[in-house]
Amino acid sequence: MNIFSETFQNKSRIISRRMFVLSTLKAAVFISIISRLFYLQISENIKYRSLSDKNRLREWKIVPQRGILEDYFGKKIAKNTQVFQLHMIPEDVPNLEVLFFKLSKIINFNKEKKRYLLKKLKKRKPWEPIIISDNLSWEEFSRSNLLLHEIQGIKPVVSVGRKYISDGSSSHIIGYVSDLSVKDLENSELLRQINTPGLKTGKIGLEKLLNNKMIGKPGIQRFEVNAYGKRIKELKFTYGEAGQNFRTTLDHEVQTFTQKILKGTSSSVCVMDIYTGDIVTLVSNPTYDANKFVHGISSSDWEELIKNKRKPLLNKAMSGLYPPGSTIKPIVALSALENDVISPKLVIECRGSVERYGTTYHCWKEKGHGFMNLRNAIKQSCDVYFYEIARRLGVDRLAVTARKFGLGEKVLDSFNEEKSGVVPDTKWKLENIGRGWLIGETMITGIGQGYFQTTPIQLCLMISQFANGGYKIKPRIIDDRYALQNTINAWRQEFISKNKNENFNNPNLKKLYKNQENIKFILDALYGATNEPQGTSYRSRFTSPEYMYAGKTGTSQIRTITKEERKLKIKNKDLPYEKRDHALFTAFAPYLKPRYAISIVVEHGGAGSSGAAPIAKQIIKKVLDRDKLRKKYQLDLYENI
Amino acid sequence: MKSNYYSGPKSLKDKIVDLDFVLIFLVFLLGIISICAMYSTEQGNFGYYTKSHFYRFFSFFTMFLLFSFFGINFWQKTAYLFYLIILLLLLAVDFYGVSSSGSKRWINLFFINLQPSELMKIAIIVFLSKYYYKIPSDQITSFKHLFTPIICLMVPVILVASQPDLGTSVLILISGIGVVWLTGFRIKYFLYSSFIFICMLPVGVALLKPYQKSRILTFLNPERDPLGAGYQIIQSKIAIGSGGFFGKGFLQGSQSYLDYLPEKHTDFIFTLFAEEFGLAGSLLLLVIYVLIIYRIVLIGNISRNNFAKLYCYGFATAFFVYVAVNMSMVLGLLPIVGAPLPIMSYGGSSMLSIMIGLSIAMSCKIYNDAE
Repeated sequence: MNIFSETFQNKSRIISRRMFVLSTLKAAVFISIISRLFYLQISENIKYRSLSDKNRLREWKIVPQRGILEDYFGKKIAKNTQVFQLHMIPEDVPNLEVLFFKLSKIINFNKEKKRYLLKKLKKRKPWEPIIISDNLSWEEFSRSNLLLHEIQGIKPVVSVGRKYISDGSSSHIIGYVSDLSVKDLENSELLRQINTPGLKTGKIGLEKLLNNKMIGKPGIQRFEVNAYGKRIKELKFTYGEAGQNFRTTLDHEVQTFTQKILKGTSSSVCVMDIYTGDIVTLVSNPTYDANKFVHGISSSDWEELIKNKRKPLLNKAMSGLYPPGSTIKPIVALSALENDVISPKLVIECRGSVERYGTTYHCWKEKGHGFMNLRNAIKQSCDVYFYEIARRLGVDRLAVTARKFGLGEKVLDSFNEEKSGVVPDTKWKLENIGRGWLIGETMITGIGQGYFQTTPIQLCLMISQFANGGYKIKPRIIDDRYALQNTINAWRQEFISKNKNENFNNPNLKKLYKNQENIKFILDALYGATNEPQGTSYRSRFTSPEYMYAGKTGTSQIRTITKEERKLKIKNKDLPYEKRDHALFTAFAPYLKPRYAISIVVEHGGAGSSGAAPIAKQIIKKVLDRDKLRKKYQLDLYENI
Repeated sequence: MKSNYYSGPKSLKDKIVDLDFVLIFLVFLLGIISICAMYSTEQGNFGYYTKSHFYRFFSFFTMFLLFSFFGINFWQKTAYLFYLIILLLLLAVDFYGVSSSGSKRWINLFFINLQPSELMKIAIIVFLSKYYYKIPSDQITSFKHLFTPIICLMVPVILVASQPDLGTSVLILISGIGVVWLTGFRIKYFLYSSFIFICMLPVGVALLKPYQKSRILTFLNPERDPLGAGYQIIQSKIAIGSGGFFGKGFLQGSQSYLDYLPEKHTDFIFTLFAEEFGLAGSLLLLVIYVLIIYRIVLIGNISRNNFAKLYCYGFATAFFVYVAVNMSMVLGLLPIVGAPLPIMSYGGSSMLSIMIGLSIAMSCKIYNDAE
């Protein structure tokens, strides 16, 4: 018994000893659990707290209101209006097929759209609303409101959408907005940040240029969501900021007027204030309705725009490239005078053509102009005279003057779609064509043909800088009064010093001439071209002094005229449309107190004198008629100019 | 000398006085905490889970107090029978079991859906304690005393593992091994068998079901499938870690009430608790568990009966293992295996088995002088 008991005692001891070992082990395990707790909850607390918030919080952005674009007088060219939409909450729809069938009876809802929606629905959560139709007519909207009980799961929504003035006169310069594309997102950090369903971005024109300022800041709704993404409650609401509004320098009435008279042509017009560089009108014809792009253009409309040979989508005023033709002559003349190559008194006989270096160079007037001095050569646009002075001047010196006046570079530098054109010279040809310059090419460059490529807005800037006395100006389309004040002050100083006959070197106005007499001479010659008999645009003149203007016509050939054709004396009218010359005209008005410059290019419009000048005449009148009104809106900044 | 003195059967009053009130209080406290946690899983609604947890706790708690008065001799005598009944139930699961989410663990006893594997966790301790308590320590490793325990341990382990319920079978295995260790089984045999175990590991892994393998891989790298297999452990760590020192506050656990936490009623209840009460709360909970284990060990210390001693130490060890495995699992220290946290987790069978285990320990306390 005793032994037995001892064994028991012994066993009991063993058990206790083993238990002790186990207890040590347990303590170690608990310590490791505690340290793990400490690590997770104290050391890594911040990390896990933010992960937990990331789980719990979701932000929904609310589309901000886009900035408005106004014309000079405050008329809204691009604004935001109510649009009527239908949204669908998929989880509330009892039967999708039935709903789609009913919708097709109520609104314009075709199979294509149905397929698109079904594809989109697969990626969505059932409680997330999806836009069925984002721009309904009032009839469709009221009809669907009336039949709302029939279409369960559909919610009519009044939202904000972009609206452009529908005559399309400003479509090219304003551009349009549309849904964000993958490319847009790739290119813009800002868009990636504020990307919101329903957000539109500027695709072209001012809408694109000013996109970052006009787009605004989206509002933020912060929700607590559960593990399945369903919103549980709203925690915070931050209002967004509407985008910045802009006033442009455009005159909508002139835009509309210009668009109307350009109807039927493929053409563009630019009107500019010669002192401030304000672009009063920039119209390209034919045009398109920018509103069609806002909610996604239909494929048939798109086809129509794309297939139109007159390229309605192209902003010809800044993206159209044309040889300047005779409108370059004032530059050639100025360059020759400034470089002392010729004197105004130089007389050259025009016999209708001239033989040089084995080639015959023709004047537009087959019979010839007879003996010409410089003034007459500009007035009557004598090509032979200009062949000669271009030959004496050389293309490089001509190019320097042309570039000084803004040719060969973008006028409004920030537009993507603007073209810079070409001012050819020997270096340019070597670099771009890889061959040496031929002297014959200088001669045709002297009448604005050959490699010369200009945009209408460049031509407008060129003639503006003649009209304002030969000073460089910076054209602008967005009206910024504070920046403008400096320009105004500079001009004021210039006029005061001129009245006092002081030779004042104004640091804010860059002179483009060596001797202002040369500029004055050319302006006078341009006066002759419009207002004296035999002048190229004499038939389009105004006789009353307040409308009187001076301008230079241009006819740019788009192909070489063959000898046979010359013999047959084929007129432009008789040629097929694509082979007709471009008609150009540049002018400034009024002649006595110049204020505005205009350039117009009518593609395949024939001669500048008949195809462009008569149109320009009407626009000039319209612009001058509105001059007083425009001055009222300038807050007496320009009184003295 | 007093311990040698046998005082005869105790009166009821003495028995009540001899109850371990500290242990009872701790268990009660834990029950209250668990009801609060359950209430929080239902976003502050006295809903289905809270209600049934509440009823279960109080009925099983009462049962625990009543069963405590069963003499230790009763448990000692019926130990084999108890084991046999549970083993039969376990076999019955195989034939008549109720399936749920791919595994067959429950048996419908009309009034309760019982999970016999949970009860086996206690039965195996009782069985092994009885088997070993009178074998002298020098004979423990003898050949004839080797087969019975190994077979009796491995049969339920394999049965449970094939349900499949890896977590519970591991817990049963560890509880059994714990008792064998306490009996003084030679350390070198443990070393040999662990060596064999490690050698067999690749074979074992090959036998695992795909989801079990993925759990182990996920444990090694939770980020490998953050929305699939790794989701539970990642969300659990986020919940615990975001709690901080004082926690997010009662009913404020965003991870839990926004449904990010999986299995928040059962295996992951500690996660919810740690999120809402932080490190402070978690440590408090841990202290309660440590004290419960300590109290059970103390009962073992004063027990003169080797069966009681073995049982108490064995149960304390098993209890420790349940807590440690569950917490390590939700903290990302162990792979996810189904292992409930004693009393805290929702589940009737688990609660029942813990309460039976506690009442046996309590009867060891009351009858500590019994030889």
